[in-house]
Amino acid sequence: MTFEQFIFYILATMAALSGLMVISVKNPVKAALWLVLTFVSTAGIWLIAQAEFLGLVLILVYVGAVMVLFLFVVMMLDINVATIKEGFTRYYPLGVLTALAIFALIYLVVGPNRFGLEQVVPPVMDGNVSNTLSIAVPLYTTHVYAFILAAVLLLVGIVAAITLTLRRRSPETVLYQNIDKQVKVRAADRFRMVKMDAVKKEADINEEEKD
Amino acid sequence: MIALSDYLVFGAILFMVSMAGIFLNRKNVIVLLMSIELLLLAVNTNFIAFSHYLNDVTGQIFVFFILTVAAAEAAIGLAIIVLVFRNRKSINVDDLGSLKG
Repeated sequence: MTFEQFIFYILATMAALSGLMVISVKNPVKAALWLVLTFVSTAGIWLIAQAEFLGLVLILVYVGAVMVLFLFVVMMLDINVATIKEGFTRYYPLGVLTALAIFALIYLVVGPNRFGLEQVVPPVMDGNVSNTLSIAVPLYTTHVYAFILAAVLLLVGIVAAITLTLRRRSPETVLYQNIDKQVKVRAADRFRMVKMDAVKKEADINEEEKD
Repeated sequence: MIALSDYLVFGAILFMVSMAGIFLNRKNVIVLLMSIELLLLAVNTNFIAFSHYLNDVTGQIFVFFILTVAAAEAAIGLAIIVLVFRNRKSINVDDLGSLKG
């Protein structure tokens, strides 16, 4: 076993085990943290596969942004941990069976007997190739239309997320400043002259005493 | 030397785990979203492995776009979860059955 293989298997085991923890821990905060570990170790595997740019982007974008978003939402929601602790449901055996069956199917197709070292020879990479450059050139030439569409998609994502969570409060519950009204106001609007006697009338005093 | 099948089997394991998560988790919508992120990660690993072994960078560009879409999807999904929680005071999956699906 070479050193490269050793690192690969360690990272793969870490990713698989922390993936298992993501779906099995009860506390969503812990699940998010395990998911961070999964992403980091998978980024290491991508680095081994010489996709350096995407490996680092995975850490920056996913661990840095998306997981923080998840933790932020978990923090805001105030989930009742007691109800979450009920555990798995009646679909437990069926779910495990389906997952194992799908794994077996995929393994039969992509297992070592079809994609092993004898069938697919690993490429010999030139050390001077910049992965970022080799992604960037087709990205900005051949796939530039898709690239712009991705930018539009992110814009749509921003607009959708904001409009969904925007709280529309009615003017009755929230007091807004109306600058127009404040500027246009006259003394007569705020100040009312009242004519009244300097001394209370006899009848009013008697009524107050009855109350 | 790492065989291509190693990468693919690793992707299959991640895929299996996250699919089991979607099947088994009936308590928390947020963990469901996390499972979907794991599914995309498994698929991306396959793309990158094939891209490496075929010496063709198109697979990595595809992964780039998948990451973009996944980030947008996570943001909108979390916004929907916040909305659901605001209206129902719960994100338990069993409570969200009003469509009777």
